Amino acid sequence: MTGVDLLWTAVKVVAAIVLFGLNIAGLLGWVERKQSAVMQDRIGANRADIFGITILGLFHPIADALKMLTKEDFVPKGVHKPLHGLAPIISLGAGMFCLAALPYGGAVTFAGRVWDLQPIASSMGVPLVLAALAFGVHGIVMAGFASGSNYGLLGGLRGAAQMIAYEVCLASALAGALFLYGTLDLQQAVLWQAHHVWGVLVQPLAFILFLTAGAAITKRTPFDLPEGESEIIGYHVEYSGMKFGMFLMTDFFESIVVCGLITALFLGGWAIPGVDLLAMGAAGGATALIAAVLMLASFTVKVLLLLFLLMQIRWTLPRFRFDQLLDLGWKNLLPLTLVNFLVTVWGVYLWR
Amino acid sequence: MAMTEGTGPAAPVMGKGSMTVRVVERPKRTFATQIFLIEVWKGLGVTFRHLFVNLARHALRALGITGQPGAVTIQYPEDPAVLGKRARTRHRLLKREDGAPRCTACLLCETICPAKCIRITAENAPDAMVEKRAKTFDIDLGMCIFCGYCAEACPVDAIHMDANEVEISSYSRKDMIWNMAELLGDAPKVPGGTA
Ligand code: SF4
Ligand code: SF4
Repeated sequence: MTGVDLLWTAVKVVAAIVLFGLNIAGLLGWVERKQSAVMQDRIGANRADIFGITILGLFHPIADALKMLTKEDFVPKGVHKPLHGLAPIISLGAGMFCLAALPYGGAVTFAGRVWDLQPIASSMGVPLVLAALAFGVHGIVMAGFASGSNYGLLGGLRGAAQMIAYEVCLASALAGALFLYGTLDLQQAVLWQAHHVWGVLVQPLAFILFLTAGAAITKRTPFDLPEGESEIIGYHVEYSGMKFGMFLMTDFFESIVVCGLITALFLGGWAIPGVDLLAMGAAGGATALIAAVLMLASFTVKVLLLLFLLMQIRWTLPRFRFDQLLDLGWKNLLPLTLVNFLVTVWGVYLWR
Repeated sequence: MAMTEGTGPAAPVMGKGSMTVRVVERPKRTFATQIFLIEVWKGLGVTFRHLFVNLARHALRALGITGQPGAVTIQYPEDPAVLGKRARTRHRLLKREDGAPRCTACLLCETICPAKCIRITAENAPDAMVEKRAKTFDIDLGMCIFCGYCAEACPVDAIHMDANEVEISSYSRKDMIWNMAELLGDAPKVPGGTA
């Protein structure tokens, strides 16, 4: 690795987390308020203003961030201090790592050098991201355990049970698709789709299963039992200030990561049908720059549309009961993912 | 769940039409409902319809074309609060035709008030037919629970809760106490004034 490579990787990682992750997370805070308001015939938060300008309440996420940064970070008596502090860092860190491993674009030749637009490229991309997503649950269990509060512990345990149930479905839903693509590399999966056909068309069942399990992984309604805002508050009940903000941000990051994964594995990633972005990127000069912009834009738009859908689901469905949740995961989703895998393997075998 | 026949001699005999029974069918758990997906999309259809219809209405309004509003929200401090015709709001003391307060200081309202927030002192009235009248009449709105018992208890219809005013908050507990002149409408309520 040369110095330029290292620098470029650092730039990409920071850009993925700050430009992509933080911006969309902030935007999601606004979308969450406004979308729920409009579909419930309300107006939504519109009061935060700077010199009387409100621009549809877009300043509310900024006000939120300021509030969390300036609030007292209260640590109650009886918590396990080191773990209490470590938990949100683990959760957020796992989310950040996943963000950095998404394929935002392919390779682009510019100024005599090939620039890869994926921050952390790895031939084991999919398992890596899934593992990091699963690692995030440690933060939740740790938070619940360290809080010294029964509500927090309940939330943490629920989170653990839910995560285990749906992590399995998440991975096995992908089995069929990955068998088809013949790779574990996110970038290669996107390339396969760019050359053949979008994954959602050949693996529709896996798409739906992955979407469902992904929604469960992000711990948002209808799967928000670890939080359970209306009853136990959940694993972050003893958190305040920016530590709470980190948990909140993790939720948004995980939503973005799941939508990014769906985009990369089922919706063609950065590819645009009918436009050969790879050839454009290899052409160099201004064409390559345009290709890079198109790749990033295509990926972002797809992620945003998915987030819109997830947000709509979040505000439409009521929460599951816990036994229903586990039933859905273990008894329905998991067998279906296995059936999907078997059918795919058979199909490929017969087709060859 | 039809009415059961009398099971013993003690069972009451229901005359025809004395009670109507409506049988509510439980929704069947069919395969279509149990795979969730169809039902989820039906629900999403409702919320998506609301979302896009409301967005279109907001957009039309923003363009200056008036139509139905996209939200039922009342932007309260800017737009006036909409009170029902029979809304129970701040108390008001009423006057007789000759301008004297109707209240005869019978203390019924003070007695019934569950929050114990009415304080009345009585004095002799110049009118021999009335005998008594209120010298002071204070209501501590900070303690009032707006139950309306005082207005109901009054035998001479001297106190109403229809001032149609809901903005009665203030920065001190003392300012929440309204005296007789203020309740009669003879003096404006001034924050930090006499109470
Ligand atoms: S409304 Fe009820 S609480 Fe208020 S002054 Fe009248 S009786 Fe007392
Ligand atoms: S019940 Fe009526 S008349 Fe009697 S003290 Fe109260 S307001 Fe006056």
